[in-house]
Amino acid sequence: MKGARAQTSPEAVFHVHEVTKVYRMGDVEVHALRGVTLDLLPGEFVVLLGPSGSGKSTLLNILGGLDVPTSGEVYYRDHNLTAAAAEELTRYRREHVGFVFQFYNLIPSLTALENTQLVTDISENPLDAEECLRLVGLAERLHHFPAQLSGGEQQRVAIARAVVKRPEVLLCDEPTGALDYMTGKLVLEILERVNRELRTITVVITHNAAIAAMADRVIHISSGTIASITRNEKKVSPDQISW
Amino acid sequence: MTSLHRKLFRDLWHLRGQMLAVALVVACGIATWVTMRGAWGAIESAQQDYYTRYRFAGIFAQLKRAPDALARQIALIPGVASVQPRVVVEVNLDVPGLADPAVGRVISIPEHRRPMLNDLFLVEGRYVEPGRPEEVLVSAAFAAANQLGVGKTIGAVINGRWEKLKIVGIALSPEYVYEIRGAEVFPDNRRFGVLWMSREALGPMFNMEGAFNDVSLALAPGASQAGVIERLDTLLAPYGGLGAYDREEQISHRFTSDEIAQDRVTGIFVPAIFLGIAAFLIHIVLSRLIATQRNYIGLLKAFGYSDASVGLHYLEFALVAVLAGTALGIPLGIWLGRGLAGIYQDFFRFPELRFSAGPRILLWAVGISAAAACLGALGGLRSAISLPPAEAMRPESPPRFRRGLAEQFGLERLVSLSGRMILRNLERRPWKAILSALGMACAVAILIIGFYFYDAIDYIVQVEFQTAQRDDVTITFNEPRGTQARHDVGHLVGVLRAEPFRTVPARLRFGPRSRRIGITGLSPDAELRRVVDRQLQVIPIPPDGLLLSSKLAAILGVAPGDAVTVEVLEGSRPVRRVLVAGLADQLIGISAYMDIHGLNRLLREEGSISGANLAVDSAATPALYSLLKQTPSVSGVQVREAMLESFRQTIARSLSMSTMALVAFACVIAGAMVYNGARIALSERGHELASLRVLGFTQGEIAVMLLGEQAFLMLVSLPLGFALGYVICYALTIAMQTELYRMPLVLTPKTYVIAFSVVALASVFTGILIFRRLRRMDLIGVLKTRE
Ligand SMILES: Nc1ncnc2c1ncn2[C@@H]1O[C@H](COP(=O)(O)OP(=O)(O)OP(=O)(O)O)[C@@H](O)[C@H]1O
Ligand SMILES: [Mg+2]
Repeated sequence: MKGARAQTSPEAVFHVHEVTKVYRMGDVEVHALRGVTLDLLPGEFVVLLGPSGSGKSTLLNILGGLDVPTSGEVYYRDHNLTAAAAEELTRYRREHVGFVFQFYNLIPSLTALENTQLVTDISENPLDAEECLRLVGLAERLHHFPAQLSGGEQQRVAIARAVVKRPEVLLCDEPTGALDYMTGKLVLEILERVNRELRTITVVITHNAAIAAMADRVIHISSGTIASITRNEKKVSPDQISW
Repeated sequence: MTSLHRKLFRDLWHLRGQMLAVALVVACGIATWVTMRGAWGAIESAQQDYYTRYRFAGIFAQLKRAPDALARQIALIPGVASVQPRVVVEVNLDVPGLADPAVGRVISIPEHRRPMLNDLFLVEGRYVEPGRPEEVLVSAAFAAANQLGVGKTIGAVINGRWEKLKIVGIALSPEYVYEIRGAEVFPDNRRFGVLWMSREALGPMFNMEGAFNDVSLALAPGASQAGVIERLDTLLAPYGGLGAYDREEQISHRFTSDEIAQDRVTGIFVPAIFLGIAAFLIHIVLSRLIATQRNYIGLLKAFGYSDASVGLHYLEFALVAVLAGTALGIPLGIWLGRGLAGIYQDFFRFPELRFSAGPRILLWAVGISAAAACLGALGGLRSAISLPPAEAMRPESPPRFRRGLAEQFGLERLVSLSGRMILRNLERRPWKAILSALGMACAVAILIIGFYFYDAIDYIVQVEFQTAQRDDVTITFNEPRGTQARHDVGHLVGVLRAEPFRTVPARLRFGPRSRRIGITGLSPDAELRRVVDRQLQVIPIPPDGLLLSSKLAAILGVAPGDAVTVEVLEGSRPVRRVLVAGLADQLIGISAYMDIHGLNRLLREEGSISGANLAVDSAATPALYSLLKQTPSVSGVQVREAMLESFRQTIARSLSMSTMALVAFACVIAGAMVYNGARIALSERGHELASLRVLGFTQGEIAVMLLGEQAFLMLVSLPLGFALGYVICYALTIAMQTELYRMPLVLTPKTYVIAFSVVALASVFTGILIFRRLRRMDLIGVLKTRE
């Protein structure tokens, strides 16, 4: 299905409705988002594609409660994120969202295990931290500090840290951007596995169109609007992708 | 303006909070420097100037009575430049508005004004006129304390008769810069004053026509003091000489000089603490700045800026902060200095005590603060200068963390994750942590020192005014009285209990050392007056021999069991050898005690007394006072409560300002340490904290992780500061062991609690400032960048 407007469905976890975001820098206004409407369904794997500066990160940040739209509405289930106070957004992130960024943002003074435990300490029903690190293939690296890990290993710790709380949604902004080919693929495999095994809604921003093949849906953003949405009838597993 | 300067100003503005903290610490240091050095200079030069211009004598002696002709003989002693024979008597005064009796020391002056030793400076009014015996000049301190102006009259008991004395002038004398009566520690300007009266008027009143009982000498340059004193003593001995002494034993000079010496030490010591802390703060701020600007430094060097110009650029940060602090500190110091000079003026009466911070002091201020800046900048600059451009363009290698010491012993289960973060961050830079804790400890210690003085003084009051002295009133006769007097004092109106004492002027000699002292004879069963040492132990009066205060024993170099030579300076002036029976470690003065009967036996006299300590029925005190005021044989009346009250007021006045300044300074140090520590941590760990916020940690939770480091340092600094404060107080008690008083080493829990509370409050306040910054943290911006 093609078109600027996405469909609205009752079982959707996220409703994004006519969201705009305007940054004001002195006299200049930057329209980062110009009316985005979108639903995210349970368990789906979505890839956001688009040129640099098109508004991908802005949308992701609004979904994750890091930022609020200038107009329009965003619902996470029955929570209106648009009207939420800063404290509510914090609680929303804490309970429901996992983030993975291009730079891994690990706590340098904590070991891999401790970085993960940091999250289990504040969640209600987390997975086991060690279990999670095993899931991302770091069973041997539990007690290493970030400075003692490679970039790919750090990114896997970041993923473990993001999923250990069983988030409803996993938001990844260019998770493979700083990684080499092989490591990037490894990270994508892990994301796919998490999505499959934990049924976590996963949104991945990438500049790498090849990655789009592993998504349920691919959303193309351009100049702050949704240019098109494509549904992959047949998902491809990451090990079959190459770029 | 070069682009480097533009960058300097932009960066300075960006770092304004931290720069301000540095500047404030520097301001405190410079203010204390200017205040203390200025005050020291002011009081020292005022003293020297005064002594020279008003011919302060070099040798002093009191005697019973000698004919004026003797003065001419004294003048012939080799080395004596001039002689000032005088009549000096103490009388009871009736001061308008003062119920209890006051003591006036009346000193004769020439009828016609002419230059003399210990010359007078007329503050107000005029000199006495010939032929007007009722005219007097009074000392400024006494006049001010009792609001006596020119034209007022006061009553005095002279030779058993009431005389009205008319005040025609207010005067100062170099002999009474610190106006205090012989045996007391603190001045009581309400109840003791100096009056000057014409010799022609005073002589006849006390049977001193053509005679004198006090003499001051000025020495020719190069004369031997000891030689002159010996010759003088020999000349005066037949006339009841009480032993000559030099300026070192002249009480006003002694106090003033002790104060000057102490100011000199504190004037160097205190500013040094502040500037040390300022240097440390500059070090951490600048090191961090240079670390964050690595790439920029590389760029500058790649563009061809020399190492020196890059180094200078960063040195300018330190200099701007420090010189701004100096600019703030100098006026603050002058303002505080003026206040301090005002307080000094209440204690030390100079014709002119003008606080002035001369160009020398100010130049030093700029110099030492610039030196502190350079010292602090050193480490950071070295790394900026030595950084090769290519290396600088690469990001700094990530911080290496280790599991902490405690964790290596498997104790990590005990510490939460945020606790581990705090500990590991501290352990990564142990020196920074140690110095930060030390800086905070200085703040704690400064407060402890400030409040220690209150503790020490409370303790002195407890020892001296409550345990040793328990009488209500002490009366002193103008000369020793016989057995009848013992009986009489007991029957004075309102007297519940009377305990006579005997005081005998004597010179104690042991080998080459000697000391003039009044030996006090007390009854062994005395209850109103006891000998109490610094441990609050009552030391019994030995039946035989002398009980000396430890300080006097140290001066003489004697120990219990030694025999000292006692040269009595009264009556038939017997010379005896007396055993030192014991020592009492007292806080105030130097004294020698004996059993009163033993003393009487020593003097071969029959139970004579010099005065009595009285317990008085409070209802009858007005009657007693007015009786005593008019009793000519009573030359001194001391009221314990009044002395205590005046002591407390004097102390409160002199301590409150310095305490306030210390509290303010400690707050500045604590605040600056916490603020800069937290800001640096925020700069180093901003990325990490922002990512924690993204993970869903609340502002409060990350504040704990950030400020926990500072809180931990503060907790560590507390015992450190307590210990440091204690050690410094101990050093102070050693340094302040003057003959006049010894500071006891007592610190009450209250002092520790105050020190803790002030530092904690200052830290919490600063923590709130930092907490508010956390709200403004840009989460998204941080995540876009690599750390
Ligand atoms: N804090 C901000 N202030 C001003 N403008 C901003 C801000 N954040 C983003 N923008 C602007 O909004 C637009 C969208 O930015 P966004 O980061 O969402 O793009 P993007 O699609 O993620 O690009 P990229 O692929 O390069 O990461 C850009 O033009 C950007 O300059
Ligand atoms: Mg982006």
